[in-house]
Amino acid sequence: MSSPAQQSAGKPVAFVSAQALRARMHDAVNDPHLRQSFRGAMDFLMAKRAAQFPDQGELDSLRSLSESIRQYSLSKLPDLLEQLEANLTRNGVQVHWAETPEEANAIMLGIAQRHAARLIVKGKSMVSEEIEFNHAMEAAGVGALESDMGEYIVQLAGEKPSHIIMPAIHQTKQQIAKLFAEHIPGVDYTDNVDALIQIGRRVLREKFEVADIGLSGVNFAVAETGTLCLVENEGNGRMCTTVPKVHIAITGIEKVVEKLEHVAPLFSILTRSATGQAVSTYFNMISGPRRGEDKDGPEEVHLVLLDNGRSQAYADEQLRKTLQCIRCGACMNHCPVYTRIGGHAYGTTYPGPIGKIISPHMMGLEQTHLLPTASSLCGACGEVCPVKIPIPELLIRLRGEANSAPHANPAMVGQGAAYDPKISLLWKLWARLYARPATYRAFTWLATRFRALTPTQQSGWTAARTPLKPASRRLRDMVKDRR
Amino acid sequence: MSARERILAKLRKAQPELPQHLPSLDAHYAPRVRGESRQERLARFRTGIEGFHADVHISTAGNWPQVLATLCAEKNIQTLMYGAATPAAAQLEATAFGGTTLRPWAGQFEDLKADLFHRVDAGFTLARGAIAETGSLILWPSGDEPRTLSLIPPIHFVLLDAATVHPTFYDALVNENWAAGLPTNALLISGPSKTADIQQTLAYGAHGPKELIVIVINVEGGTV
Repeated sequence: MSSPAQQSAGKPVAFVSAQALRARMHDAVNDPHLRQSFRGAMDFLMAKRAAQFPDQGELDSLRSLSESIRQYSLSKLPDLLEQLEANLTRNGVQVHWAETPEEANAIMLGIAQRHAARLIVKGKSMVSEEIEFNHAMEAAGVGALESDMGEYIVQLAGEKPSHIIMPAIHQTKQQIAKLFAEHIPGVDYTDNVDALIQIGRRVLREKFEVADIGLSGVNFAVAETGTLCLVENEGNGRMCTTVPKVHIAITGIEKVVEKLEHVAPLFSILTRSATGQAVSTYFNMISGPRRGEDKDGPEEVHLVLLDNGRSQAYADEQLRKTLQCIRCGACMNHCPVYTRIGGHAYGTTYPGPIGKIISPHMMGLEQTHLLPTASSLCGACGEVCPVKIPIPELLIRLRGEANSAPHANPAMVGQGAAYDPKISLLWKLWARLYARPATYRAFTWLATRFRALTPTQQSGWTAARTPLKPASRRLRDMVKDRR
Repeated sequence: MSARERILAKLRKAQPELPQHLPSLDAHYAPRVRGESRQERLARFRTGIEGFHADVHISTAGNWPQVLATLCAEKNIQTLMYGAATPAAAQLEATAFGGTTLRPWAGQFEDLKADLFHRVDAGFTLARGAIAETGSLILWPSGDEPRTLSLIPPIHFVLLDAATVHPTFYDALVNENWAAGLPTNALLISGPSKTADIQQTLAYGAHGPKELIVIVINVEGGTV
């Protein structure tokens, strides 16, 4: 089933077929090493977050404030984007707009080619993963090198990040030791973590020194001052945004806030929710290229604002809450499904609960309608979300969008992708039987009398369970007897 | 229509007619104000940043260059780079540094890049202030003290005046009205660079400085 809207939206960057998704999840669940890695890492991250919020009242107040700042910002989004653009331009930053990943890559490739760039060093950016930036640059002969230690490891291994904050969380130090020994000339096997980090430092410092362009993401963009804020621990973000002659930042259009003071609570709840740190090592506020008396910093700074389905989420009041996200990863750290299958099984750039609610807007429900069903709706994600995104409600909404009959003016590309007329008819019948006392009484009377005729093969239910069979007597009959 | 116009048109079509109320940050922060003394604030800052593996030395307005010189000798620093035009620079230059060569920043980054990466052992900068709540330093790099001084050399020395420690980040940026004019780059720094990207094992000295050493000018001379 392919709607015209889906076709006109172009080919999705990644493809999550239902079959492949089920197979990957099955493999992941049956991999004890993977499960042990994720279980250990998630327990660690949950404990660290909990230690940052000893006072429930403080947490509640900060979450409410953060939610209201994000909702306020979104309610003024087009105005704030124009204000941001005006102030960045005044500060000497060049602002670009891209509707699709292809447009974003073309803009950045254009900048790279104008500077005859051979090497781009990258700070951590999930948006750059979302648009497959590295592949697009390499296809055009421009090197793109990850410099966040986790991203560097994942790139060496030819993989994608399995967590939005800790990209190499699925790798053991022994695997990383082997990877370094195989891929970095002159490096012998060592699984000493300090030694491995020093190897990474040495290799990447050489690259910071010679790179033509530095790329980064953005955690918050401040409209009133024209400032790009970056949260990091390693210093590679500062290297990428300071040392090369050109800095390109890329971000989704939802990351803007109006006032500089709005970043104070958001920054605090971000680091505490993400890695359980009171604060990250660096908070980097960039308001322009080298100017006036400045002696260092890039000569050019660019910002690419990417839509890629975000405006679709924005158009619906409920789905808009998806865009409140500040990408802390707490929802995946607390998700029983993510903990058991890891990040790769999802097959999308953003894994876990946030991935299930944002990916359908980026890729369409045709490709992603199974993702919202990979949840027990336990509610842990919604409870820990620092900006109170009602993730379980949104999962139910997306299931509804996927399974309802295709109709005109759908809220989403791929609406009705999982619609099955037979199942729909079955539910309609069920609703009729159960909504009227007379038909319900008749149905249960028949069901108890003819229970021997219940089929033993009950589709998905009996794949791992004994068949359902009505009881021999109805509850109403048993109650009647007791009177 | 350009991508810009199309994106903005889509957003405008869906934008709520009235914006949500501007959230009151004061309502969150005001009840949490601590009536603490300057010494208590400094102590909180110190505990915080030491927790992030920074070293803190308490000194005075007159004696800090001597503390720095001693630390440079202990750490066997051959070359210390600093910003030439700051008030602190004059004090530094008047101090005997033994085996450490004091090198003022001179010229543009491109002239110094190779030295910064390979020959400068430590950078020295001033802090604009600090944050007690999180143990963070505030730096506003400038032409006098460029950004890379606190980034590329393996050791970063910072001079902090105890009078400039704010309770929270929010207090710092509101009370000093940062929104009225930010420099090209403003920074919060909380410890030496680090990573836990390999099996959640914390390792220091990732890409930035391996050591962060804070020297505090404590005018009241109190013990911390």
